[in-house]
Amino acid sequence: MISIIHTYKGLLLQSLGQTLLLTLLSLIFAFIIGLVFGLLSVSKSKILNCISTIYVDGIRGIPLIVLAYFIYFGIPAAIKAVGFTDFKMSALVAGTISLSMNAGAYMAEIFRAGIQSVDKGQMEAARSLGLSYGKSMKKVILPQAIRTMIPSIINQFIISLKDTSILSVIGFPELTKAGNIIVGNTFKALQVWGIIAIMYMVVIITLSRIAKRIERRINVGKLEAN
Amino acid sequence: MENSKQTKVSVKNLKKNFGKLEVLKDIDLEIQEGEVVVLLGPSGSGKSTFLRCLNRLEEITAGEVTVDGISVSDKKTDINKLRENIGMVFQHFNLFPHMTVLENIMLAPVELKKMTKEEARQKGLSLLKRVGLADKADVYPPQLSGGQKQRVAIARALAMNPDIMLFDEPTSALDPEMVGEVLAVMKELAAEGMTMVVVTHEIGFAREVASRVVFMDGGYVVEQGTPEEVILHPKEQRTIDFLNKVL
Repeated sequence: MISIIHTYKGLLLQSLGQTLLLTLLSLIFAFIIGLVFGLLSVSKSKILNCISTIYVDGIRGIPLIVLAYFIYFGIPAAIKAVGFTDFKMSALVAGTISLSMNAGAYMAEIFRAGIQSVDKGQMEAARSLGLSYGKSMKKVILPQAIRTMIPSIINQFIISLKDTSILSVIGFPELTKAGNIIVGNTFKALQVWGIIAIMYMVVIITLSRIAKRIERRINVGKLEAN
Repeated sequence: MENSKQTKVSVKNLKKNFGKLEVLKDIDLEIQEGEVVVLLGPSGSGKSTFLRCLNRLEEITAGEVTVDGISVSDKKTDINKLRENIGMVFQHFNLFPHMTVLENIMLAPVELKKMTKEEARQKGLSLLKRVGLADKADVYPPQLSGGQKQRVAIARALAMNPDIMLFDEPTSALDPEMVGEVLAVMKELAAEGMTMVVVTHEIGFAREVASRVVFMDGGYVVEQGTPEEVILHPKEQRTIDFLNKVL
């Protein structure tokens, strides 16, 4: 085991870095997607609500692995078919798109719940001062909503981090892919997957600890507030 | 504009339904500049809904409402612009908990480019002084008592220099010992000539401050007149019944 770690230290750390990079990038895009569709879902317009529902239900109804295949193989095939024969999509791009779309759907639900958790009187007070709907959202509703959303966002971060392992199927050089490579070289499945599992675990437990701490701080703030 | 006392609010045949429920059935009311109109009535009589129709927090089902000569009910009206002139104070204060007291007051004037940050600051501080909370500028709303919150809410509404103030049961959520401090601020405001429409259960305030009392029940205006007429010598049986219960 020690010798495996010694030999593949570089690859393991590099692929962990790729895992974290993919997670972080995806979460940033997911945040934007979630904000947009979350806002659509709380709007008064039935059409906008419907658009959000279609996206959220659609994406949540597709397994991430299928979405990844669709984007990595399906989309370039389609683009080549219409004439752009030298079109290429890197695994990082395809992986980021798949994971962003997937996490974005869950994020939209987190945003919706967060916005709805803010008392209705807040919007009324902002509007009655003459602020537009958009300004009221931006200055009054979202700052309060995001505060309550932080634990859910970190939770989604953890889920997405684990989901990156699925993207090994499109050849993205993340941690699980590295595991496959190392097992292929050493034939020591037990030790290698043990190491990989522990690496995921350490990162994720660290993140959840941070989440707990933030959550506690928010709750303390709330108690003091009341 | 031609009279010295202009009509501030004009309501004609106002109807408001929530689904099948008719809350306001047919309301006509005119409010002149400088009037303090107190709306009284049992709960469910539609007084809060009426108030909320004046700045279109509730969509108007039918009829016409104009404020400062501008139609509230007309979909083409820039409602945000109109609301700048209509201050509103809520039963549950609705202060923004993530902003300091001063930031609460400064938000609208700065965002709507009515004042620079510095002007809004000065305005905010002077308003806080006026409501007796000069020392609370940098405190967050959750640290205030109910009475203090409501006084901040009044200051926040005044920051936009509105020429009408709407009060929706401003003292109903307060502990009894805090009602006085809020009413005192409102009395001062009335004395300065602010046009006010107040939904309240404080009969004492109505008697003392109102220039007109409007008694509502079942979605209609049942009776209106001076406090003397409506509270001391009510003519309608429903008004008499209501006053017997609350006095």
